[in-house]
Parts: sequence; structure tokens; C-alpha cells
Amino acid sequence: MEYFLQQLINGLTLGAIYGLIAIGYTMVYGIIGMINFAHGEIYMIGAFVSMISFLVLGAAGITWVPLAVAVVLVVAMLFTAVYGWTIERIAYRPLRGSTRLAPLISAIGMSIFLQNYVQLVQGARVKALPPVISDVIVLAQRADGFKVSISYLQIMIIVLTTALMIGFTQIILRTPLGRAQRACEQDMKMASLLGVDVDRTISLTFVMGAALAGVAGVMVTMYYGVIDFYIGFLAGIKAFTAAVLGGIGSLPGAMLGGLTIGLIEAFWSAYFSVEYKDVAAFAILVLVLIFRPTGLLGRPEIEKV
Amino acid sequence: MSEGNAASPLLTVEHLTQRFGGLVAVSDVSFSARDREITAIIGPNGAGKTTLFNCLTGFYTPTVGRLTASHSGRTWLLERMEAHEIARQARVARTFQNVRLFGGMSVLENLIVAQHNKLMAASCFTLAGLFGLPSYRKAEAAAVERARYWLERVGLVDVADWQAGNLPYGAQRRLEIARAMCTEPRLLCLDEPAAGLNPRESADLSELLLFIRDHHAIGVLLIEHDMSVVMQISDHVVVLDYGRKISEGPSAQVRNDPAVIRAYLGEEEGA
Repeated sequence: MEYFLQQLINGLTLGAIYGLIAIGYTMVYGIIGMINFAHGEIYMIGAFVSMISFLVLGAAGITWVPLAVAVVLVVAMLFTAVYGWTIERIAYRPLRGSTRLAPLISAIGMSIFLQNYVQLVQGARVKALPPVISDVIVLAQRADGFKVSISYLQIMIIVLTTALMIGFTQIILRTPLGRAQRACEQDMKMASLLGVDVDRTISLTFVMGAALAGVAGVMVTMYYGVIDFYIGFLAGIKAFTAAVLGGIGSLPGAMLGGLTIGLIEAFWSAYFSVEYKDVAAFAILVLVLIFRPTGLLGRPEIEKV
Repeated sequence: MSEGNAASPLLTVEHLTQRFGGLVAVSDVSFSARDREITAIIGPNGAGKTTLFNCLTGFYTPTVGRLTASHSGRTWLLERMEAHEIARQARVARTFQNVRLFGGMSVLENLIVAQHNKLMAASCFTLAGLFGLPSYRKAEAAAVERARYWLERVGLVDVADWQAGNLPYGAQRRLEIARAMCTEPRLLCLDEPAAGLNPRESADLSELLLFIRDHHAIGVLLIEHDMSVVMQISDHVVVLDYGRKISEGPSAQVRNDPAVIRAYLGEEEGA
């Protein structure tokens, strides 16, 4: 029981991170119907920016943890937002209106480019950061000494993710920008005829998704403490799986998918084998695509008349 | 109808030509539409009417020609502008032959989206909207009020919370006009608004268009096949056939123009 509880906590933390990345996939897919394969790299860049920021802050003598974390979050979000905007501007916008495959290939190219760019600039070796927040709360203890604990960091990850989720859902539901995004999702041309600047709306969608991936990058840097230029690939594919599982195009679906993948991974590693945890996650993708292509919360495609 | 500068035209179309490869959809068409008038564009199927609308609203860039909108002391060259700028600055709104509502949104939201730019400015690009600051609430209340006004006009207040896609066809048509009006246009382009309506609904539509012209002081450009609607409410009629303008003038005059009768009914035997 205690073991189960511990895995639940670990799984939720991991799932929150996947969910944050998955939102970026799902929002971009919702609005322009394209899988942004460079999104995982945005997350990787977020991780690198956060590591550099932590080191710079440490060198500057700012060691009060809440302030440092807040500053790093803002810096990482700013950087990744700029990357997201730039990628859309140079790699996707010129291809809008051409075949569906063109931006997809461009995205894969962008992804390879960003990996190599970070590898060249930052080096290929694994980078490590000493833990920034290391306190834990022990929730329960078993007779044989096994402790169920939740770290402050895990609490922070779950709370911050929940807050961001609520905030973004509110943006989509209640603000003019969100309304414009939903309108573009349904009929881009019509939205432009009503005075909505479609290009800007799409740019902002990329910026929002990238900023969330940046937050995920910060969390991962703090949670695992080791990053390299290649982490974006696997995390990206897993978040994509989460988005598909939840129903691509659906915001709550992305979060639910992320949590599911996180929990499956945690429990699989705990009870079966760590080596095959990725296999478990991707088997889910295959099963979903076969049996429920619209995902858990996705709506079936409504034919436009 | 006064010539000269008394009532300068709201929209001027000069030598408009639109080619698609070898096909000439619109060929050297010139006419103008005045403020506070309903200008009807009629013609047999394939005459180039919808193509003309597509050029006006930024869907197509015309092969040749100039499209000028002028009001409030300013002039816009529509053929050089993007669709959203045409809607926002030149204030041209349109509806479609096959209704294009945001089917997954509520009726009210369809009308709020049409007021996007005002709300976007009021929300300081989202932040004020997210936290519900008073300035934004006020702007939003005004937008809802405007939407309500038009819903009352087209008789859809009771279904404001319905998904737009679930409305009956006639109601969707009316909602599309209401949505176009929510952008506060100076020129309203309607593409066959009476298509598929029963006689009763067509009569209501005529009344609505006259109300819009008289009480909102805007120009209306109307593509229509229903001659009863056209003859009843148009101030000015332009007739197209095979992409060319074959006649133009007040409705009574156009109705008796031999060229128009020929285009609609065909050449008389042995004539």
C-alpha cells in the first residue's frame, strides 16, 4: 500500500510535466492541424535556459530559493516563447497553405536543427545541477522502514501545473484571444473576415505552448538534475502520445493524457521493469490509435457542410 | 440620383478582372455602390458574382483592377489589403452562400467573436480579460449588449445559448447577418441571403435589410437570385453575365432591359 502511494505521487509529478508539454502539441494541432515535432526541443531549450539561469543566479549570489525559482521560471518562459514565435515565423508560416506534409517535414527539420544547435553551443555531455529544493515531507512509514514521502519540489510541480492549467483554460474560455483561437480552429478564413488577425492568433498559440514547455523544462531540470541536448526527443514523443491519448485538440484531454502516461510509467517501472517503461507508454499510443482514434476526450471530426 | 460629388460612392470597382488560368471569371467590370443604398448584383449562375465578392473581401487578389472603399474621409484600396484589415479598417463585412458560422460555439459567442478587435484592445491583449479587470468587464458588457440588440433584430434572443450549428437553416442565415453587423461595417456584402428561405422568411429578410440600410446608414451589396427580393428593396441593380457587366441602373429600368432578358431567358427564336 505504502509502495503504491509513493508510486502514485511520483506518477502524478511526472504526468504533470508531460501534460504541460502535451498542451503545446494539442493547442497547435487544434488551430492549424499540424503536429509541431519541434515542440520537444523547445522543452529541451527550456531546460538548458533554466540550468544556465540557475548557475548565473548562483554566481550572482541570489540563493534565496523562491526568488531564484521564480526568476528562472520567468526567464525560461521568455526564452522559449521567443523560440516558439521564431520557429513558427520562419519554419511554418511560409508553408501555410501548401500541402499538409510540408510543415510536418519542416518541423522535423527544425527539431534536428535545434538538437544540433544546442549540442554545438552547449556540448554533448550530460549537464548536472545540484538539487535546488531537496526537503521532503514524510507522509507514512512502513514497519520495514520504507517511507512514503513527497518532496517540496513535487508539491511545487503539481501546484504550479494545476495553476497554469486553470489559467490557460480560462484564457481559452473567457478572453478575446481564446475566443479568437477557437474561432480560427473552426474556420480560419471566416475569422479573418470578422477582423481577427489570424497570423497573430497562430503566433500567440505557439508562444503560449512554448512558454508551457519552458516551464516543463525548468521542472525537469530541478526534478532530475541532469539534462542533455537529446532529452527533448523522448519527452516530446511521450507528450505527443499523451496528447493523442487525451484526444488531440482538447486541452483537458492533454492534461488527462499526460497524467495517464505519467502514472503508467511510474507503476510499470515499479511493478514490472524500468527498462520497458517506454515500451509501455508507446504501446498505449498504438492501442489508442487502433481502438479509439479520437482519444479519451476528443470529439469525432465533424464534417463541415 | 445625383451625379457629381453630392453623394460620393462608398465602394468603387474599376476595371475588375479576375482570371483563373485560362478562365476569365470576371472581366472588366466597373460600377459603384453608394452609402445608404442597397445595390443588388444579379446574373445567371456562373456570372462571376461570388468571385466579385471574393475579390472585395480579400479572398482573391484581382488580376487587374482597382477596388476602392471610401468613408469617414478616408480611402482604402481593398485589393492591396489582407482579409482581416479589410474587415477591421475598411469595415467591409460579408456573409456566404453556404452559411459559415462557428458551429461549435454558442449563438452569443458567434456575435462576440465578431467584436474581437475592440475586446482585444480592451483586454490589453488578454491580461485584463484573464483577471476580469473592470475596464474589460465594461467592454465585454457593451459587446454583449450589441449582440443582444442584433439577436432581438433577427429574432434569436431565445436561442442565444444554443450551439450555432444546431439552429435551423433559416435561423443560421439570420445569425450570419447579425454576426456581420456586429463588426459594425460600413459596407455589408450579402451572398444570396434569401437562398433556401420560404416566402415568409424572404419577406422578413427584405424588411431586415431595409431596416439596416435606413437605421444604420450603411451600404448594402446584395447578390440574389430571388427577384421578388431584388426588385422590392434594391436602389440600384448591376447585372453580370459571363463575367461582364451587361446592364446597370434602377431596378425598374434593368427589368426591361433587352440585354438582361436575353441573358436570363435566352435568345428569342428567329430574332
